[in-house]
Amino acid sequence: MASVLCNYVPELLCKFPQIDQTVMREARKLIDDNFKAFVRAYGYVLDAAVQPLQWFLNWLQSLFVATPWLIVYVASRNGKIALGTAVSMLAIGFVGLWEDTMITLAMVTVCTLISIVVGIPIGILMARSDRVQSVINPILDVMQTMPSFVYLIPVVMIFGIGKVPGLIAVVMYAVPPMIRLTNLGIRLVDREVLEAADAFGSSPSQKLFNVQIPLALPTVMAGINQTIMMSLAMVVVASMIGVGGLGKNVLQAISNQFLTIGFLNGFALVVIAIIFDRTSQAYGKRLQRHTEVVHG
Amino acid sequence: MASHGIEIRGLYKIFGPRGEDYIEAAKAGISKSELNEKHGHVLGLKDINISMPAGGITVVMGLSGSGKSTLIRHINRLIEPTAGEVLYDNVDVCRMTQLELRDFRRQKTAMVFQKFALLPHRTVLENTVYGLDIQGMDRSKSEAIGRRWIERVGLTGFEQHYPNQLSGGMQQRVGLARALSNDADILLMDEAYSALDPLIRVDMQTVLLDLQQELKKTVVFITHDLDEALRLGDKIAILRDGEVIQQGTGQEIVLKPADDYISSFVKEVNRGRVIRVDTIMSPFVGVAEGIAIPRSTVLETAAKLMIEFNQASAKIVDDHGAPIGMIDLQQIISSMVTPVNHEEKPLVAA
Repeated sequence: MASVLCNYVPELLCKFPQIDQTVMREARKLIDDNFKAFVRAYGYVLDAAVQPLQWFLNWLQSLFVATPWLIVYVASRNGKIALGTAVSMLAIGFVGLWEDTMITLAMVTVCTLISIVVGIPIGILMARSDRVQSVINPILDVMQTMPSFVYLIPVVMIFGIGKVPGLIAVVMYAVPPMIRLTNLGIRLVDREVLEAADAFGSSPSQKLFNVQIPLALPTVMAGINQTIMMSLAMVVVASMIGVGGLGKNVLQAISNQFLTIGFLNGFALVVIAIIFDRTSQAYGKRLQRHTEVVHG
Repeated sequence: MASHGIEIRGLYKIFGPRGEDYIEAAKAGISKSELNEKHGHVLGLKDINISMPAGGITVVMGLSGSGKSTLIRHINRLIEPTAGEVLYDNVDVCRMTQLELRDFRRQKTAMVFQKFALLPHRTVLENTVYGLDIQGMDRSKSEAIGRRWIERVGLTGFEQHYPNQLSGGMQQRVGLARALSNDADILLMDEAYSALDPLIRVDMQTVLLDLQQELKKTVVFITHDLDEALRLGDKIAILRDGEVIQQGTGQEIVLKPADDYISSFVKEVNRGRVIRVDTIMSPFVGVAEGIAIPRSTVLETAAKLMIEFNQASAKIVDDHGAPIGMIDLQQIISSMVTPVNHEEKPLVAA
């Protein structure tokens, strides 16, 4: 049918115009070569810039080999959560995954902290200006839909293989919900309360710290939660570029069809996820005591 | 602190992206519906001229959509005017820079909101000192002030409660305490009591009147309730479709409504609680009989007194006790009954 039709209509409509193979190859080469040249020229600067991350990560990792359920208890102030954490950690220790779990835990903690530090200010900027929002929103869309493996390519080209490049890839993957939900939370703050803040002569920063951030907190906490869960997912992918821990084991299990090892490590990840979730939720609730007590 | 009055002159507000372009048309008298249909802009306020006396309560009354909330927001410039002046102490609020405006809001004005607008994450005490926090006052000082005002509005014992643990009436007491803690000369009350149930509303009106007796602030009170306006207002301005259609004392509005719109409001009013004896008294003829009634007494109270003392007439005295007029029960009753021209349909004999 189509071929018959093609006899009567102009050629352009039937033969899709495609960029010439050579042009395509040249363009690809140009971009890749330039990027590589850039990395060769400035790689050491970037490496030096992220060096503190490496130190922090190593420090936290060694710290975490100490008993983590104390931290959990301090954050959650909840005996049940601390006990649950202790039991799960013991179980992880029994199956010999203690070291790997702690590496992953340290990684996720650092990624989450960086995502918060980077994400909240960007979210605030977005909430303050519609123009900033209209620029950042499409970037976030791309970041969230881009297959996570693709992030690994430029990161590896710049930083090589190791923990820090993994960390950067994870943060890139995990930061969008933090930014989005901070923005949303601040935008949803009650107009009346903002008007009251204005009427009493608040400066923009007083308004931000006294009203907008405290009232956006529930949404921001949801963002932190999302970020943690996405970091955990990405940590497994990032093991492809040399991030150790549970992800590496999972990767090995996939390539060798080790069913038991795969699931054991998978469950260890689930345990970490649940610990993080419960702890951060309990912490968030403690920050929002005022919402619990209702008149009546 | 000496109070200053607020002078509003030639204030216009046109809502829409290019409000300034239609200001000439508005001044030439374009109607609200015409502006909306032809140009897609909404005429919010039209040529408002009100002088709000220092140390008195000015009530702006109107139904929803009349522009009363828009008007009060021009006094502390939460809404930018399209044209006109809002003068306080000879300074035009509309011409202040952002910094001057912020300072003006911190030092000179305080506002109470219809939906309370309390900060849910702050306790009653922390909410009360909010304005002082913004001014940069140290908590050690501001908490003492906050506690004093919490006591004055009758919330002692609730300092550490959160707003959502309180009933509406109590929340609005916090709103009032927050505004009073600022010790600002101007108190703006935007339908402050409209969300409260009738008994609590009367209660809060009493709180305001009691406080005003000693504080003498320049209060601007917005309401849609004529009874509330008459009870509180030293001066009342009635707004309709963004225009002031009448302003004056409660008595003037009840006795001489400017048009049918106002008379339809006024006819439901309990006139005995609005009209003062010196408005309807007959000249003093020299017979110093009967009980003495101060000139600012309202008819209902006067009638109660006269019946209590079993007198058919009384003399009216001024602030120094000198007689200035006479009144009898007949006069009081005829003034308390709604005049015929205010009835919807005059009674016709069958």
